[in-house]
Amino acid sequence: MAAGGTDKFSVLLPTYNERENLPLVVWLLVRTFQESGNNFEIIIIDDGSPDGTQEVAEQLEGIYGSDKIIVREVISVLFSSGTAYIHGMKHATGNFIVIMDADLSHHVSLYFIKQKEGNFDIVSGTRYKGNGGVHGWDLKRKLISRGANFITQVLLRPGASDLTGSFRLYRKEVLQKLMEKCVSKGYVFQMEMIVRARQLGYTIGEVPISFVDRVYGESKLGGNEIVSFLKGLLTLFATT
Amino acid sequence: MTKLGQWLCGLALLGSAWAALALAPPGLQLPAPLRQALLPLPLYLLVAFGCYSLATVGYRLATFNDCEEAAAELQEHISAARADLRRRGLRF
Repeated sequence: MAAGGTDKFSVLLPTYNERENLPLVVWLLVRTFQESGNNFEIIIIDDGSPDGTQEVAEQLEGIYGSDKIIVREVISVLFSSGTAYIHGMKHATGNFIVIMDADLSHHVSLYFIKQKEGNFDIVSGTRYKGNGGVHGWDLKRKLISRGANFITQVLLRPGASDLTGSFRLYRKEVLQKLMEKCVSKGYVFQMEMIVRARQLGYTIGEVPISFVDRVYGESKLGGNEIVSFLKGLLTLFATT
Repeated sequence: MTKLGQWLCGLALLGSAWAALALAPPGLQLPAPLRQALLPLPLYLLVAFGCYSLATVGYRLATFNDCEEAAAELQEHISAARADLRRRGLRF
């Protein structure tokens, strides 16, 4: 497929209280796509944020046009990434779906989009290979990250170096198939997608990404997160 | 088969092989020194795996990239974004 040909990228952005980051993320995405000449749309799925995220999203829709920015609000007690993606995909008209966080932790890059030229079913950003990496992490956080990833590799042998990063590109039909099969919640859901994708024989390409710690807002990595990660990992171990 | 299933099968296979050779009743033809060496093998393997894990995680921790450039670039992008959006009428 020629670059900028008939491909269209739908970016799904689940948001909760991202009033500060959202305009910046959207601006970066718009600029990146315009530079690459690819057709795109950005679908913002807001979980009833009380900080005015939706209002900012609607302003962006006014600025960039409602064919490029689509705003949806989902108010759900059980809001999770999975719910957001299901809703987002209903409105997606692209044949490639980009999933990322709206908190500016993923360094949006052109390189990422070009990698789909390798004809992969899924392209996954990795912090652990090539010149991928992190910024603003202390030693403890890096150790936990590497340790958790090591355990994951040993137990799941997933064939991808970074399972908990959530900057991914999927072919639309691949994502739809995976969403049917995956049952986990939260970021374990992201891990399950890759594991199941391998089982179904989809090809996964990896691209190094820079994970820059939240510019606005707080990132948490406490005991609770670690425990729930291990529980999720063991569940995947036993069920996939 | 699930990963857990694979592990259990693998462990069962290796476990029974080890038990048959190391704990064998005198029926099997393995010389005593060999059997004695085989006996602590599982423990040795566990320790070896532990050392390998520590070394691997340690190495990966030490070589974890710090993206200074990316962070700096991001700050630039943010300034440019804010200026441009303000120009286009976004009320922050």
